[in-house]
Amino acid sequence: MKTLVRSREFWLAVIIAVMIVATNFRSPGFASPGNLASIFNDTAILLILALGQMTVILTRSIDLSMASNLALTGMIVALINAAYPAIPVPALMVLAAFCGVVLGAFNGALVWLLGIPAIVVTLGTLTIYRGLIFLIAGGQWVNADAMSSSFVQLTRTDLLGLPLLSWYAIVVAAGFFLLMTRTSVGRSIYAIGVNPTASIYAGIDVGRTKFVAFCLSGMLSGFCGYLWVSRYVIGSVEVAKGYELTIVAACVIGGISIAGGVGTVVGAVLGALFLGVINSALPVINISPFWQMAISGAAIILAVVLNARGEKRGGRVILRQAESAS
Amino acid sequence: MTLPLPIPKITLSGITKTFPGVRALHEVGLELYPGEVTALIGENGAGKSTLVKTMTGIYQPDAGEIRIDSLPVELPSPHAAFRLGITAIHQETVLFDELSVAENIFLGHAPKTRFKTVDWRGMRERAGKLLGEIGAGHIAPDERLKDLSIANKHLVAVARALSVDADIVIMDEPTAALSFKEIQDLFELIEILKKNGKAILFISHKFDEIYRIADRYTVFRDGAMVGKGLIKDTNQNEVVRLMVGRSVDHVFPKKSVEIGEEILTVAGYCHPTEFADINFTLHKGEILGFYGLVGAGRSELMQALFGITKPSKGAVKIAGEIAVIRSPAEAVEKGIVYVPEERGKQGVIVDLPIFQNISLPSLDRTSQNGFLKLVEEFALAREYAARLDLRAASLDQNAGTLSGGNQQKVVIAKWLATQPRVIILDEPTKGIDIGSKAAVHAFMGELAANGLAVIMISSELPEIMGMSDRIVVMREGRIAAVLENNEELKAEALVRAAAGIGEEAA
Repeated sequence: MKTLVRSREFWLAVIIAVMIVATNFRSPGFASPGNLASIFNDTAILLILALGQMTVILTRSIDLSMASNLALTGMIVALINAAYPAIPVPALMVLAAFCGVVLGAFNGALVWLLGIPAIVVTLGTLTIYRGLIFLIAGGQWVNADAMSSSFVQLTRTDLLGLPLLSWYAIVVAAGFFLLMTRTSVGRSIYAIGVNPTASIYAGIDVGRTKFVAFCLSGMLSGFCGYLWVSRYVIGSVEVAKGYELTIVAACVIGGISIAGGVGTVVGAVLGALFLGVINSALPVINISPFWQMAISGAAIILAVVLNARGEKRGGRVILRQAESAS
Repeated sequence: MTLPLPIPKITLSGITKTFPGVRALHEVGLELYPGEVTALIGENGAGKSTLVKTMTGIYQPDAGEIRIDSLPVELPSPHAAFRLGITAIHQETVLFDELSVAENIFLGHAPKTRFKTVDWRGMRERAGKLLGEIGAGHIAPDERLKDLSIANKHLVAVARALSVDADIVIMDEPTAALSFKEIQDLFELIEILKKNGKAILFISHKFDEIYRIADRYTVFRDGAMVGKGLIKDTNQNEVVRLMVGRSVDHVFPKKSVEIGEEILTVAGYCHPTEFADINFTLHKGEILGFYGLVGAGRSELMQALFGITKPSKGAVKIAGEIAVIRSPAEAVEKGIVYVPEERGKQGVIVDLPIFQNISLPSLDRTSQNGFLKLVEEFALAREYAARLDLRAASLDQNAGTLSGGNQQKVVIAKWLATQPRVIILDEPTKGIDIGSKAAVHAFMGELAANGLAVIMISSELPEIMGMSDRIVVMREGRIAAVLENNEELKAEALVRAAAGIGEEAA
């Protein structure tokens, strides 16, 4: 219990709850289950992407190409759906994830085999992947008329009161929770983030582990490519432009340390929900979109400050009474 | 004697410095004379670096007095020492790689213009002049420091010393990273400094250098001054005897173990820059000590055996089978594990819980299809923590909360959990308290008794002589001697082999 209260995830959850309750005073109905479900559904894609970004950031890297990967993959599946409506949509979802893995693996391979810093590699692929969309689509849009109805419906269909899109986010979050806490891959990702040198000495291949992290973030980006195109019923060069920074913001707010090694799945989920709640709450209480951006920005800086303070420790345990107390 | 006695430039007397649990210096004295080089000699841990840190204002002595030109002085900070004309040149020069040579020389006391801005032109001119004076005219004041060789960086450090008219120059193992030619150049520079009346303290493990350059010597042992005099009145064996001093007792609990079959054979092992022609064998139940000066290539050899660096040629056989080791993971798989010297950086992961540290290299065994079996993982951690008598409130707490000795136990536990055949311990008791030290020693004896083959790198004579069955002495990347450790083996023999002093000098 004590550790729960002390954790940053707990306080983030409290802040989100306070925001919801406060907004509810100004605009009754904001905290109704239906509205909360719709906020969650609006945040589902950001949530999934934040989990992918988290795995990469934990390894002391960053994936700036996620939004471009998403847009490119989204365009690919949209074009395929338009051209061959007979191909079942679940197959397209698998294909989207696979395309994402390929694009992520390209990032990961450059980081692993050539030792180029991740920020440089993904800054490059951010532009490359975005440019590829133009090449394959010839500057065309794919809009609602071209998509099959099941392509559009597979994010909207209701299951136990929630749209499928929300369920995808829940399943991915649960899966990543298991991955990060209960598998040797997850353990290695944390280990190389906290101390790469000691990890090498412990027999962990640091480069390969980073590669795996990039494949995971690529897979989620690709999967979200389908989700995005299906949900907003549009495939274009402009899809999710600039969104990579929102994803990083969600991670930072969720307490994932940019220095690597520190952060949890729960934190990433809450970080995304925080942004989701702010984005829904501010229009409701009549705050202009410009203030919305400023407030999101302030939240990021505040989160970093709080996390930095949280990481300052009370020094080493040398005294005997302190040792028995801990 | 009709000549007047020379007057020391700086005199340290009765300097005592205590750290929690360790008395690093006990009433030591040292004098440096203008125009002379004094060599400070002693084993690792004799207190040489503590003394240097006291002289440069990094440490404050608990007792004692420092006089410069017969006047008592206080050195409350490195800056104060610098202002009083004391400057130190370290093995790894501490300068700023991204700044220019001139900026490095004048950092903190740059010449100023009338408007209190930095006088860049004057600074470059003066830097060029200073470099010329010490025969380093080939270094351009505008060059980035990072583009210079280590030898040239030393020259910049010397120019920096001269830029404030430092009269006392401390050189802490300045030759450790230099080539033969560069060492000769450095000695010429020291001669110039001597002519300019500088008082020089020269710290080196290499006897040929000391005899080449020094006028006086002072020997430290276990934090005390045990001898001093003029170099010309002594010989190398005399100095080695002072350094080692005691007959080293076999006080450690190395049990007499039946030495078993050969488990590790290293033949013709070479690395392009770090070591060459390494041949040795290791047997079950044996503790093989590796002795040598710091920088003799012992750790580098072990890192190659562990797959961290790549050897250029040579063969490794494990239990008679050729083993190709390209990564630490392959080494662990073949049964070789390595407990590195830098515990905090390479050994424990301080921000992970103890149990995760212990299980990290054994995750294959505590997981199924990639999924961790937490119960088994915890059981494994508990088993090995208990075997090593690890003192921790809970295995869930972060390893960083433990004392140095207990952190070392975590690292050893982690490797034992992989059930290795060969364990390499690199300075296993460096920087840990006496109690944990004894525990680590006892445990090493037990490991050998259980049939494990142990390689122990140590720079401490009592440890190496107390624990080892045989001792490999390395010098400058090569094996200088392999000695049976028995009652007849004298510590002097090890020191001589490590420092390259031939028997015929005796």
